[in-house]
Amino acid sequence: MASAIRIKGGRVYDPLHGLNGVVKDLCVEDGKIVQECHGAAEVIDATNLVILPGGVDIHTHIASPAVNAARGLRPEDHRLLCCPRKPGLRSGVGFTVPSTFTTGYLYAQLGYTTVMEAATPPIGTRHTHEELNDIPMVDKGCYLLMGNNEFILQYLKSGDLEKIKRYVAWLLHSLKGFGLKLVNPGGVEQWKYGKDVEGLDEKVNHFDVTPRQILQALTWVNEELGLPHSIHIHANRLGVPGNYQVTLETMRALEGKRVHMAHVQFHSYGGEDYVSFTSKAKEMADYINGHPNVTVDVGQVVFGDATTITADGPWQYRLHKLTKNKWYNLDVEVETGSGIVPYTYREKNYVNALQWAIGLETFLLIKDPWRVFLSTDHPNGGPFLYYPWIIKLLMDAEFRSQMLKRVHKRVLSHTMLPHLSREYSLYEIAIITRAGPARALGLRNKGHLGPGADADIAIYVDAKDKEEMFERAAYVLKDGKIVVRDGEVVESCPGRTIFAEVPGDDDLLTELRDKFEKYYTVEIGNFPIPLEDLPFHQAVPTGRPV
Amino acid sequence: MAKSFILITGRTTKQGRTIHLGKQAKDYIDEVSALEMNPADMEALQVKEGDRVRLRTDHGSSVVRCKKGTVPPGLLFIAYGQFVNALVGPDTQGTGMPNTKGIEVEVEKDDSG
Amino acid sequence: MTVAKEMRVVKDVTCPFCGVTCDDLEVHVEDGKIRDVKNACVLGKDTFLHHLEGLATPRIDGKPASIEACIEAAADILARAKYPLIYGLDSTELHAHRKAIELADLIGANIDHTSSVCHAPSLQAVQTVGIPSCTVGEVKNRADLVIFWGANPAEAHPRHATRYSVTVKGMFTPQGRKDRTVIHIDVRRTPTSRMADTFIQIKPHSDYEVFSTLTALVNGHDLDVSEVGGVPLQEWRDLVEVMKGAKFGILYWGMGLTMTRGKYLNVVALLRLCQELNRFTKFLGAPLRGHGNVVGMAQVLTWQTGFPFAVNMSRGYPRFNPGEFSVADLLGRGEVDAALIIAADAIGNFPAKAAQHLKSIPLIAVDPKESETTKVAQVVIPAAQAAVAAEGVAYRMDHIPLPLKKVVDSPYPSDREILDRIIARVLAKRPDDGAKRAAPLPRG
Repeated sequence: MASAIRIKGGRVYDPLHGLNGVVKDLCVEDGKIVQECHGAAEVIDATNLVILPGGVDIHTHIASPAVNAARGLRPEDHRLLCCPRKPGLRSGVGFTVPSTFTTGYLYAQLGYTTVMEAATPPIGTRHTHEELNDIPMVDKGCYLLMGNNEFILQYLKSGDLEKIKRYVAWLLHSLKGFGLKLVNPGGVEQWKYGKDVEGLDEKVNHFDVTPRQILQALTWVNEELGLPHSIHIHANRLGVPGNYQVTLETMRALEGKRVHMAHVQFHSYGGEDYVSFTSKAKEMADYINGHPNVTVDVGQVVFGDATTITADGPWQYRLHKLTKNKWYNLDVEVETGSGIVPYTYREKNYVNALQWAIGLETFLLIKDPWRVFLSTDHPNGGPFLYYPWIIKLLMDAEFRSQMLKRVHKRVLSHTMLPHLSREYSLYEIAIITRAGPARALGLRNKGHLGPGADADIAIYVDAKDKEEMFERAAYVLKDGKIVVRDGEVVESCPGRTIFAEVPGDDDLLTELRDKFEKYYTVEIGNFPIPLEDLPFHQAVPTGRPV
Repeated sequence: MAKSFILITGRTTKQGRTIHLGKQAKDYIDEVSALEMNPADMEALQVKEGDRVRLRTDHGSSVVRCKKGTVPPGLLFIAYGQFVNALVGPDTQGTGMPNTKGIEVEVEKDDSG
Repeated sequence: MTVAKEMRVVKDVTCPFCGVTCDDLEVHVEDGKIRDVKNACVLGKDTFLHHLEGLATPRIDGKPASIEACIEAAADILARAKYPLIYGLDSTELHAHRKAIELADLIGANIDHTSSVCHAPSLQAVQTVGIPSCTVGEVKNRADLVIFWGANPAEAHPRHATRYSVTVKGMFTPQGRKDRTVIHIDVRRTPTSRMADTFIQIKPHSDYEVFSTLTALVNGHDLDVSEVGGVPLQEWRDLVEVMKGAKFGILYWGMGLTMTRGKYLNVVALLRLCQELNRFTKFLGAPLRGHGNVVGMAQVLTWQTGFPFAVNMSRGYPRFNPGEFSVADLLGRGEVDAALIIAADAIGNFPAKAAQHLKSIPLIAVDPKESETTKVAQVVIPAAQAAVAAEGVAYRMDHIPLPLKKVVDSPYPSDREILDRIIARVLAKRPDDGAKRAAPLPRG
C-alpha cells in the first residue's frame, strides 16, 4: 500500500518555486512530493507551523579516515554529549566529532536531510563509505580529494589534460564519489617534504607545475565531465593573515567557470600577522557579487570548542605550533595529506572574535542568497549543532549587536558589522540552508517542495527566538516518513549515498596498473568499491548540458 | 641458587607459523617453552642447552627449557605463549596493558623432572 | 575413471594475519581446498594452508549441539547477564565488528578487543599528544631514514621491509635499499637488526629516558652525562644529526614500548620527539600494528562509539576508561559475569588470573578453531574464517581498508551472521525493545 501523508495548513517556504510563507497543503506519496494524494492519507496538522524543504549541508566533515582519527584523538570531547540507546536507535557521543549514528540523529533533529562529506582521500574512500553507511537519517555523498594527486601532477607536467580527465572519471566511477575537491592545491604535495606554497604561481616540488595550473586543469575536467556540482575549492593559504589576495586570485584564475569556494571566512583575511589581522570580507563580497559563476559556503566561526580537521597538512602544523595543542598528521600516499588539531574559539580573543565577525560580514555583504551557504565547515569553525545560533545572528540584528558588545573590544573598530542592518528573512534562510546548496550541488530532487521532489521536509514551530525555532524541528519527514517528532528522532532510516554517475574507463587500466605497482601499496584490483558495498545508493546523472 | 633477570617476551616466526597447528602441537609448545639466555648467564646458573629452569615472579611460576641466545647478560627472551602467561600479573597501572615485557623474574635450575 | 577437478586461482587476495595486510596473494584452490599460496610470507601462507586444521565443533557444555541451539544458548547467557564482556575481534572483519558493537549496545556490555593488550598504550599516547604519521606508501616513495624501535618486523611483520619500508623502490627512492638508512634500536638483537645499517642496544626500561634525551638534544640542549640507557651520549648526538639530516624520516615502534614499564608514556615521549623534529625536516612515526585486524576493530568502535577500545555500555551510552573497562582489568578484578569471546583466544593469551576468572563464568566462544578458550567455554560456535571462508574488510596498520575475499566455502556461518542471529534472539527475549514509540497519526 502506498504511504501517503497530507501536511495541512502550514506556511510553506519553497524558494525554488517562489513560495514565501504561503499557506498550502503538501501531499506526500511513496517518498515523493505529489500534486495531490490519491486516496487515504495520514494528516499532519501544520496550522501555524513553518514548512521548509529538508536542510542541505554542502560542506561538512562527518565521515572519513581523518574524521575518525579525530574521534579517536578526542575522548575528552565525547564526554560533553552522551546519547543513550533507545529502542530502534543506537547510542553514541557528541560533541564536535560525533559518532556516526549520533551524527545522523543530530542532523535530523535540526531538520537536515542531505549532507555532503567534503573531503575523502581516494584510498580511504572505502572507509568513508562504510562510515556513511552507519550515518542514518540523511542522504549523503563525498567529494574526492584531487588537488595534490601525484598522478594528476605527472599528467599535468606532461600537458596531458585528456589523461587527467580519464583518470578523474575512473576515480569517481571506481570510488562512487559525488564531486571533486581541491585542498590547498600543490601545497599539500609540498608538505610531504615539510613545505607549503605561497602563491598560485609557485612551482610544486619535483612536478614543475603550479597551483594555478592544477586549479585550471581540474576545473576544466569537472566541467568536461559535466558533474552535478562545480569544482569545490579549499584555496591556498587557509587561515593565514593576508590570504584574501590568493583567494581573489584563485577566483580570477577561474573566471567564467562554475566554482564553489569553501569556507571563505577562513580565506578572507588581511594584515601581515595575527596582530595586524583584518577583515577583507568586503573585498571578497564585492568580487563575488560581480561574478555569478561563484558560490561559497561561509565556514562561520562559533565560540567554544571545535576540532580542526583538514587535508591541509601544512596549515595544521602551523596551528599546532600556534596553539601547542595536540597534533595529528597523516600524509596519504600518492594523493593528499591530513591534519587534526583541537581548537577553542574564544569571544575575548581578538583574532577569534574577528573571524566570527568576518563570517557574518560575508553572509550579510553577499547580495544573492542563492550563492552563499550556511556552514561552519563542521567541525572546523565549530559543530553543526550551532547552525540555529547562526541563523538567529543572521535574522536578528539586535542579537548581533548584543554579541558584538560581548566579544573582544578591538573588533568593534575592525568590522563593518555595526553598519550592516540587514536581517535575513525566513525565505532567505530557506535559500542559504536548502534551495541554494541543493542547486549548487545539482540535486534536482532536493531543496524544494515541488511535485517530484524527495519528500524530505522540515517543519518548525515559529518562534521569535530563531535559535529556539531551528534547534528542534517539530517534524522531519525523510522520504515521506516521519522520522523526527517534537525534536526527537522517532524512527531510524538508513538514508542513501549519492554519487555521480560517471562512465568507467577500463582502457586506462593497463597504464594505471603500472603506476599503482610503482607508487601505491595496494593492488589496483582492490581499489574500486563495488556498488554492493553501498546498500542504499542513488546515482546522479552527469554530462554536459546540450 | 636463584638469580634475578629481566624477561622479554615477543613474537617469533616459528611461533607465528606453528600457532596454525593448534596450541597443543609439539612444534608450537617447543617454540613457546624455549628460553633464550646469554651463555655467560647459563654458565653462572650451571645450566646447559636444553636444561629445565624454573621462572618465578610474584604472580606464578613456569618451567621452561634453556637455550643459548644472543640476548645480553641479565636479559632473557621467550616467545608469547602459555608459559609466559603464568608469570604475568593482571595489574595494568590503569592503562589496560599488563606488564608483558621487561618482567623481573627469578631463575633457578629445575631438577624436579 | 577420472573426475574433472575444479581448479581456480584467486588473485589479489588480502592476507589477514598481520597489519602489513598484503593484498597481492594468489591462492590456488582445487576441489574447494587450498593447495597453494603465492606471494605470501610464511606466516600468511600457513594461515591459508592450515585453515582446516584444528577446527572447532558446535557444542553446549561439551556436548555436540546444532548451531541454532548454540545461538539460542548464547543469547540466553547474554540476555541474563548483568555485566557481560564482549572481547576478541582481531581475526575477523568489519561487518562482524559492527555486529559485535551493536550487540554490546543492546545488552549494555563492556566491549574490548585485542588492541587492549597490544597497542592500546599507543592509542592512549596519540590521545595525549597526537601523532605525525603517514600511510606506508609515503615511506615507500620518500623515506630515506627508517628507524625500528622496540620492534621486530622481520619476524612479526615479515613483508613490511620489502613492500613498504626497507628494500622497496618508490617515487623518490628509485634505488630502494641504497636510498635508505635503516636503524634498529632495541634491548636485544633480533633478525630485524640484520636488516639495519646500525643496531643500538639499550637497557631495558630506559626508552623514556632515551626519548627525552633525544628531544633535549634536538632542541639544542646538551646533557652533562656520559651515557643514557647504557649508550654513550655521543651516539645519541650522532643519531640526532642523522635524524635532522634526513629528508624524510620515520620511526616505527613496536610492543617493546607498549608492554614495558612506562607503557603509553614511552610512546608519548617518542611522539614528542617526532613532532619536534618537524622543525627541521619531515619526520613521522607509526606503530607496527596488527595481529590480524585489530586496527579495523579500533576503527569501527571509534566511529560507532567515539572510543578505540575499553568501551562500556552499561549506562546505555558509550564510556571509555582504560584501567576500568579494559579487559585485563575487568577480568583481573573478577567483575564481569558472562563473556562472549569471538575471533581471539583470550584464555590462551591472558595473564593467569584473568584467564582464571573467564573459566569461572558463563563463557561463549565463537572461533573457527579450537583454542584454550573453546576448550573451557560453555557454548562453542564454530565460524567461517574471515578472509579465507568469509568476505569482508580488514584494515592495514596505517588505517587503509582492504577487501577480504571468500576463497573457499565453510560449513559454518560467518562471524557476522552468528552475531546477527544472536542479536535477533536477544531482541526476541526482550519484547519491549524495538517497539515503535511513535503514536499513530489520525487518518484523513
